[in-house]
Amino acid sequence: MTTSNYASERETDEGRVFTVTGGDWDTIVSGTDPINDERIVVNMGPQHPSTHGVLRLILELEGETVREARSVVGYLHTGIEKNLEYRNWVQGSTFVTRMDYLAPIFNETAYALAVEKLLGITDDITERATTIRVLMMELNRISSHLVWLATTGMELGAISIMLYGFREREYILDIFETITGLRMNHAYVRPGGVAQDVPDEAIVKIREFLKMMPKKLKEYEDLLSGQPIWTERTKNVAVLDVTGCVALGITGPVLRSAGLAWDLRKTMPYCGYETYEFDVPTHPDGDVWGRYQVRLAEIRESMKLVEQALDRLRPGPVMVADRKIAWPAQLAIGVDGMGNSLEHVAKIMGQSMESLIHHFKLVTEGFRVPPGQVYVAIEAPRGELGVHAVSDGGTRPYRVHYREPSFVNLQALPAMAEGGLIADVIAGGASLDPVMGGCDR
Amino acid sequence: MTSPTDKPNDGGVPVPVTPVGASSTAPAEYPPASPAGRGMFGNQGTGDVSGYGGLVRQRQPIEEASRPYGGYFDEVRDALEEAYPAFNDAIEKVVVDRGELTLHVRPERIAEVCQVMRDDLALRFELCSSVSGADYLGADERRLHVVYLLTSMTYRRRVRLEAAVSVEAPHLPSVTAIYPTADWQEREAYDMFGIVFDGHPNLTRILMPDDWEGHPQRKDYPLGGVPVEYKGAEIQPPNERRSYQ
Repeated sequence: MTTSNYASERETDEGRVFTVTGGDWDTIVSGTDPINDERIVVNMGPQHPSTHGVLRLILELEGETVREARSVVGYLHTGIEKNLEYRNWVQGSTFVTRMDYLAPIFNETAYALAVEKLLGITDDITERATTIRVLMMELNRISSHLVWLATTGMELGAISIMLYGFREREYILDIFETITGLRMNHAYVRPGGVAQDVPDEAIVKIREFLKMMPKKLKEYEDLLSGQPIWTERTKNVAVLDVTGCVALGITGPVLRSAGLAWDLRKTMPYCGYETYEFDVPTHPDGDVWGRYQVRLAEIRESMKLVEQALDRLRPGPVMVADRKIAWPAQLAIGVDGMGNSLEHVAKIMGQSMESLIHHFKLVTEGFRVPPGQVYVAIEAPRGELGVHAVSDGGTRPYRVHYREPSFVNLQALPAMAEGGLIADVIAGGASLDPVMGGCDR
Repeated sequence: MTSPTDKPNDGGVPVPVTPVGASSTAPAEYPPASPAGRGMFGNQGTGDVSGYGGLVRQRQPIEEASRPYGGYFDEVRDALEEAYPAFNDAIEKVVVDRGELTLHVRPERIAEVCQVMRDDLALRFELCSSVSGADYLGADERRLHVVYLLTSMTYRRRVRLEAAVSVEAPHLPSVTAIYPTADWQEREAYDMFGIVFDGHPNLTRILMPDDWEGHPQRKDYPLGGVPVEYKGAEIQPPNERRSYQ
């Protein structure tokens, strides 16, 4: 094994292998013979700043042209689906929120909707709970798209947008913290409703955010849209048309950027989306530029939805009335941190034997879910997020499968990358917006 | 978890019992009955002091759905019956539950059925939303179920196809030629359940490491885990903890 300035090299049966950790491309390939070694295989990742976590790409290159691209996933597999089978139904929320960590509210909502459908209580969910779910999901969609904008900007060399995107996302995480107590991994949307009511303080913050955001969006567009490098790097890059998308199962902004206005909020509505007013943005070109335009437009549509949801918030319960399902206690901050509110403790210990029984049964054992199976899908920031849940009639899920849009969408990478330049692999991969936590589960 | 009748087991691994309805041709509708409520605190009897110890929770058996199914389900069935001559041979059972239509398909026919579902003008299930596995250990001889969720974007409909295979012969045709999106999802089902999709271009593990042994999401595969010490107390791994079921 010899070491040149940047790359160490060694001979193997398959040819010469270079290990590259950075540096100048010319220096790296200076050791190869361009006449005899026409094709080189480059392994990118799993630790690489532009692979969104731990995605590994294996690229076969001819010069700078990608001839074959294969992606390898699974580095972040945490066995969440298997683990769910050993916890009760409510505890599931805490697990699924950790899958796609940029869109936790969507994971939780899809799970809650599936459990409610199994229980047959879909129609009993209170209006306020549903409105809060919509509110939270749309805020989450904005924050997820902001991270997409930030990271994609960074990967294409626009560092400022990275700072701006994360800065604005911080406002939303702040709002989430006010409402759920946590910035991520909320376990806020639970089967039967939501864990806590929205405090007034959060409403003020959301209104402030809505007032501030249009100006910021304009700023992003001023920064990127007219900018020649950004345009060159995104227009006509990583094109995938509607036929390709549908065959490969690609949904979400990538499908809409190819021109098909397929959005489950409109086409197969849930959570009362049919009663809200919003548009489904599309773009005719199916390239990275189109996906950028669609996502920016979706942030604006989500803001409209947040505004409407705020106007609809009427006082009322945020959990189903059924005491055999509803989590018994409202949480409160005490001297020793967050826990059951003192009123609740006083009630179960001093006044109501029945409340005590319900509390004990729900906390230790959980509720029973009638046997059967359902599939529920919602429109997550990355596309169709589906939950296939099977119950055996017990207190624990028998099987829960997540149809993760990140996992399915990543299959499009070879179709986008092959025949293009290596630099466009980054742009194409970023435009799919994969989140490996969701992909590998 | 303990099964209804039997001896204690190790590591929370459910012990297979004689399949219920194994002789019938159609695959099981339900997973085996939940052990919830039995064997609490290690008690193998009823543990009952109330006099109601003989009470057994009944599960409504899912009947084969009878016509009319309601909604678009009848149209889908009629269209498939018309477009696919081998319908009676291929479809083992039709189930309508919770507003969802499930067609139980004989495993060797699954690719043909998908082809018709996608191409027939009255069906047009262009998108294969999801392919996943489920292990009905103890309820079914053909315990490995593959569940396909097809979506018609044109008509805005969804249909579930379900095919069941046994562990001894876990083979069924791949649908990747019809729905390329099934590629990774079939690999996941292979990885997690050991279901072999014949004709898949590259059926390898996808989430687990290549040299992994066993198929982790099968019900007889233990969860595993190590005890964790927290503030001086030892917390058992989740599958060994005392269960209140």
